[in-house]
Amino acid sequence: MTHSSPSSADYNYTVVRQFAIATVILGIVGMAVGVFIAAQLYWPQLNFDTPWLTFSRLRPLHTNAVIFGFGTSALFATSYYVVQRTCQTRLFSDKLASFTFYGWMAVILAAVISLPLGYTSSKEYAELEWPIDILITIVWVAYAVNFFGTMMIRKTSHIYVANWFYGAFILVVAVLHIVNSAVIPVDWMKSYSVYGGATDAMVQWWYGHNAVGFLLTAGFLGMMYYFVPKQAERPVYSYRLSIVHFWALIALYIWAGSHHLHYTALPDWTQTVGMVMSIILFAPSWGGMINGIMTLSGAWHKLRTDPILRFLVVSLSFYGMSTFEGPMMAIKTVNALSHYTDWTIGHVHSGALGWVAMVSVGALYHMIPRLWGKTDMYSTKLINTHFWLATIGTVLYIVAMWISGVMQGLMWSAINADGTLTYSFVESLQASKPFYLMRAIGGVFFLTGMFIMAYNVFKTVTAEDANANFNKAA
Amino acid sequence: MDYGTFRGIVTVGMLVLFIGIYTWAYSSRRKKAFDEAANYVFADEQDQTTDKKSGEETL
Repeated sequence: MTHSSPSSADYNYTVVRQFAIATVILGIVGMAVGVFIAAQLYWPQLNFDTPWLTFSRLRPLHTNAVIFGFGTSALFATSYYVVQRTCQTRLFSDKLASFTFYGWMAVILAAVISLPLGYTSSKEYAELEWPIDILITIVWVAYAVNFFGTMMIRKTSHIYVANWFYGAFILVVAVLHIVNSAVIPVDWMKSYSVYGGATDAMVQWWYGHNAVGFLLTAGFLGMMYYFVPKQAERPVYSYRLSIVHFWALIALYIWAGSHHLHYTALPDWTQTVGMVMSIILFAPSWGGMINGIMTLSGAWHKLRTDPILRFLVVSLSFYGMSTFEGPMMAIKTVNALSHYTDWTIGHVHSGALGWVAMVSVGALYHMIPRLWGKTDMYSTKLINTHFWLATIGTVLYIVAMWISGVMQGLMWSAINADGTLTYSFVESLQASKPFYLMRAIGGVFFLTGMFIMAYNVFKTVTAEDANANFNKAA
Repeated sequence: MDYGTFRGIVTVGMLVLFIGIYTWAYSSRRKKAFDEAANYVFADEQDQTTDKKSGEETL
């Protein structure tokens, strides 16, 4: 390694490197499963009449692999990197850091084995059975101790805003996971929730939506607040706005979960609270997006030459789009059209591919050369290729789901003069079929980009020539 | 105190808290510290002498 800067020589980059590589590999695994199940919806025979390969078992494998494998590894990597560099100190504990890596990989391995075997608590994004839940809790506590411990031994007077977002993500995910995973085990791999009926549904979607709000949003906003200014070589547009952004986002997100349960057995007023809070949530979401994008003011020309910055800025555009779409879909009358249709899937992927994956990819391209003491990635041209594949793939995916979703909503609610349904469910399925192919093709585009990234990362990491010293790179 | 009154007080309390956070964040007293914090991102580079200005200030 060619660390010549005294400040950077002391950082623990081992754990960051481990999680960075895990992000790329698990991204490919999770997205490949996603492409496979998307293809199954077009060619149902792809389950080969095997229980382990049915959509119902592979779909939770896809969501767990991309959210907890790819996304959470990216958050581990970048949070460990950012907290050290902005607190100007080494991680609180190398042993705990190593434990979080191997512990988290054990969790992912357990998911990859148990989900295709059919073990599930049947709670969305919380499917893993109770022994795995306990392991998650232990790893997460170690992560929290290490992250907040590092903040406590910081050499700076102020805690940089990115760390506030990462800290909120770590704390809230701990609370959500423990509350929603409260179960009574009846066997080693079978348990029942301690909550019943509508309460269980509300706890589940309080968990589910705040997993979106704190894992997929607050965590990645932490990433945004470090890597966008760093890559643009300008401080964040407004630090004061970032503080207001933080508190407003944290205070509002926690109330929005009930919009997942419109027109269900949940009390009407609870649904309305979820709707109103979701609409207000638009303000801090866009405040944050504007703060990120405006960081480039006076440096817009960099977008022409720097595909990494393009990844970061386009991710913010998708974030703005999804956080406009989300509040709109939370309005009850819009939800009456969109709920249970493919529009929801499109909305999720505009956030997951467009925002979460693209901001992570941008951050990784920034971080990886620095972690291995190189000036740049092996090929900037390939980053550019990846950028276009990712953008085209995301657009194909979400446009297909918008059309299919709105069409489903209209067909399902169409009634004849005598009050009977105009269309059978199968008719709506047939109408959606071409869009399922379009979605799968979009997925192939995105996945191809990830393979190109893996190649680029491999060539960067294994390059003999450490063609520069670390300082120039940083 | 009935539940309605309690909720009213909490709502007003939250409003005051948010106005407080806003005032604190935008007070001129905090400006220097926040400008310094915004530059932490670049603090591990060699050239630490020139503080970079944010877009908000150059507008």
